[in-house]
Parts: sequence; C-alpha cells; structure tokens
Amino acid sequence: MIFAFSENIETALELLAKGREIADSLKSELAAISIERHGKEESYIAYGADTVYSIDSEPQADLVVDCIFSLTNQNKPEILLIGGTKLGREVAPRIAQRFGVGCATDCIDLSIEQEQLIVKRFVLGGRFIATQRFLHKPRIVTIPPRRFEKKLDTNRNGEIIENTLKVAKSRVLVLEIKDKTSQALKIEEADIIVSVGRGLKKKEDLNLVESLAKILGGALGCSRSVAADLKWLPEEHWVGLSGHKVKPKLYIAVGISGQAQHIAGIRDAKTIIAINNDPNAPIFKACDYGIVGDLYEIVPELVATLKA
Amino acid sequence: MVDIIVCIKQIFDLGQIKVDATSKRPITEGVARKISDFDKNALEETLRIKEKHGGTVLALIGGTKEAAKEALAMGADEAVIYSADTDSLGTATILAEIIQKMKYDLILCGEASVDEFSFQTGPRLAQALGIPVLTYARKMEIKDNEVIVERNLETRYEVAKARLPALVTVTKEINEPRIPTLLQILGASKKKLTEISPAKPESGVETLSITAIEMKRKEVILKDIKELARVVISEKS
Repeated sequence: MIFAFSENIETALELLAKGREIADSLKSELAAISIERHGKEESYIAYGADTVYSIDSEPQADLVVDCIFSLTNQNKPEILLIGGTKLGREVAPRIAQRFGVGCATDCIDLSIEQEQLIVKRFVLGGRFIATQRFLHKPRIVTIPPRRFEKKLDTNRNGEIIENTLKVAKSRVLVLEIKDKTSQALKIEEADIIVSVGRGLKKKEDLNLVESLAKILGGALGCSRSVAADLKWLPEEHWVGLSGHKVKPKLYIAVGISGQAQHIAGIRDAKTIIAINNDPNAPIFKACDYGIVGDLYEIVPELVATLKA
Repeated sequence: MVDIIVCIKQIFDLGQIKVDATSKRPITEGVARKISDFDKNALEETLRIKEKHGGTVLALIGGTKEAAKEALAMGADEAVIYSADTDSLGTATILAEIIQKMKYDLILCGEASVDEFSFQTGPRLAQALGIPVLTYARKMEIKDNEVIVERNLETRYEVAKARLPALVTVTKEINEPRIPTLLQILGASKKKLTEISPAKPESGVETLSITAIEMKRKEVILKDIKELARVVISEKS
C-alpha cells in the first residue's frame, strides 16, 4: 500500500496523481489520508485513491505525526508520500525518526526501478541533483506543491473509511493566528514575475521595477540581497533556493547577477529574460534572452514601449 | 537562567564548488567551509536569550575547529565538534545520543541547512529526544519556563508556545548575526572545545549519484529595447 497525505487539498490531489502511477507500477493500492473532515474526501477517490482514511482531527503537527504513525503501523504501507508544505516538511522527518528510517524531502522526481523507489532532489545549493534510494521501509518522501499535475477520473471507485484514532494532545499550543495581509504575495503561483537585484541603487527605485511588473500583470520578486541583506522587500518576494522557488511562464531578472542559489529558484521558469549592465554576469548564461545595459534606461523605456 | 544547545552544521561555501567537466560531479576538494546561514541565526538567537536571561550556550557542531572557533568568538561558552558523513537519520541519531547526556532547557537549530535544504534535523532531533518542537520561528521569547514563538507559515503567522525543554528551528528573518570583534576572536581560543568521534550511525537513504544540472536556455543576446519589448510581448502570453 501507498499512503498520500497533504493538509492542502490541491497538493493532496497532485500527490494522488503521482501515487496512482507508482501504485500501478507496483501493483499496489493507494490510500489518501485526510486529517480533518473537510467534505472533499470523495474527490480523493476521483483523483486516484482506492481508499480514503478520514480522520476527524486538525492539521497540527503533533496530531498529524500521531495519526500517520498509527495508520502506518496498522496498514504497513511501503511508501508514504507527504505534501512538502511547511507542515508536511515538519511531520515527514518526525514520522521517519519514529520509525528509524530515512526520508527524502522536496523530491522533484520519483520512479520505480526494479521494484525500488528512486527519488531525485536538489542538493549543494540547488546546482546538483542527487539520485537516492531508501534502505528501509516505509520509504518517506515529501513532494513540493505544484510539482505534478492532478488527474481526474470520474469512473473510479473507492472506499472512505472513517477512522477514530486516539491521538495524544498537542504539546504545542497555538495562541494567535495572524493572516498575512490579504494582498500577501504568493509568488510561487505567479505567471509572470519581474525580479530585482543588487543592480538597484536605492529602495525608492523599486517603483521603477514595480511599474514593469504592473504593466505585465506580474508579481514583483527580488534576489536574496534585496530581501535578506538590504531588507527593501519582505521575505514573500524573495526568489531563490532559500527564498521561494518559482515556476512562472515569464521571469524577468532586472539587475540580478544570477548567483547559483537564485538560478536554482527559477529553474522551472519557462522563459527567462535578463537585464544587466555587466556582460559577464552569470545570469546571461542562465537566461533565454538577455540585454546588456543600464536598468535605469532600459526599464522605463520598456514600460513606455509596452504602454504604447 | 536558560541552558541552551545550538546545533550547527558546517557546509561547503557553495559558490566555490566546481563541476567536473566529464563526470558532471561536484568537485569539493579545497573548497572553503562556513557555518550554514540559518544555523548562524540560531546561534545569534541563543546569545540574545543568554544576554537577557543568563545561562549557558553550548554549540554542538558537525564540522571542524574553524567553525567552533567562529561560534566561540561570537559568544558561545563552549563548543563540541563531531564529524559525520551521514544523512538526516544518522545526524539526528548522533545529536540525540550526545544531547541525552547533557543538561539543557532549550535547543535551537536553523530551519534547514542551505546546502541540503531538507528541513529534517530539528524536527527529527526533537522527536528522538521526545520534546516539543516549534518550527520556522521568526520571533521568539522565553517566559515562565515556556518558549513562545511566531512561526512563519505559508499564508499566516502563528504564535505558539510550548513548555521547556523544547526545540525551536529559526528562519533567516529572526535576527542579524553579529560579527565578532578581534578581541573576541582572540578570546575564543581560551574557551572549552571538545572533539568527539561518534560511532558511524545507520543511514536511511543512500545517495546513488550527484550530478550537475545542465542548463538548457537559449542565451540569446538582444540588441535593443525594441527587440526586448517584442520578446516580452510574445513570451508573456
């Protein structure tokens, strides 16, 4: 059996698509785990699950660890696919530690070779890909959101099992939830991103780059130095391996030199355009189209041309 | 008084790693090492807690004496170094074995190391020690034998607390690590530094290969803004 869990329903459906493929090639079953009663359990079947274990709990790490640990003990799945959300990235290694087994996080590819699960993930700052296998069962994997496409098949049948697990109380007490402002940026979901880097001379000049993002209907991103060192933009805008990994249709890098960590964060962009005054900047080796020149001249002119 | 252990990983300076032209494997010989970025934030935070509440800071470092000296210069009272060529399961096993013999109120880790980005060590270690874990902390304080943190989650900040002893993983936003003065750097050599060699633990994952990612971009240099505008318009739709 293969388990798939994410508290984020969209991510859960994506895991089920990949889980279905793996289950079919291993001639195994796929079970979805739902930690709270959200009423979408039926859809898990249509998107690939044979069984849904529906638990009336809440997506709180201590509880999720307990639930999945118990279900794993009961059903002995060979593989656990966990959505690589912030919650998933905490619970997956904790469950793995309880079983004394390995865990591969943020896997970008999973395949079955000679009945073995082989995974690929970025290592060494995202410039390299490691191919790994597991030495024990269960094999525990996290998969980042939006990595795989969900697949609907309305002819599928399956069973929802309501499970009443006794879980321990959480030792972490939530005191307050502050929503990030409603216009809070989800840069991972943007189709077009205009990002700015060290080439910008002062914070006030962000307007310039923002106007380009605006006219394209895109989001404003930035490099590490703009977010972490200069703190001109909040963390939500930070694109890169330590910031946010993005996969837009179009990524425009303005005044970004293109360090390895940044490039690793935009690897999945369809088209990358670079604007930089240094012809030797590494970004020109990592873009589809580049223009060498002063961003203070190019960006306003580009905005004017696009407006016309 | 709070006795704190901060777990630190020394990593390669990633920008210096070159690629072998034929095998596409990383060349790490001769590459300088440094303390992983978020672990440095964790260390800085322990020093701030100590300055406020008193107590001790012990730096537990997977790495060399150089990393230990840096941690001691920044203000750790004592450093323990070990070397470990293992995965997250092995690292957590080693750390738990060492820490179980120690007295502590609080453990801090970076949310992830910037080479692997696997986000595993903190949560695994807490699980192994059987203590509560608060991940992704962007603010934290100690009050009445509890730790209260503000966690940075996808769409919200969550203020949460747990009783000590507990483990907290911190994000980059939590602070700006200090740069030690020359006097502190000189003083570091007088502090206690212990080197231990743990038995090789069991790994959970085996790495079969590591290869550089090939770039498949067009790398077309545009002549003028007219061309640029044309490309932008055609690529945005």
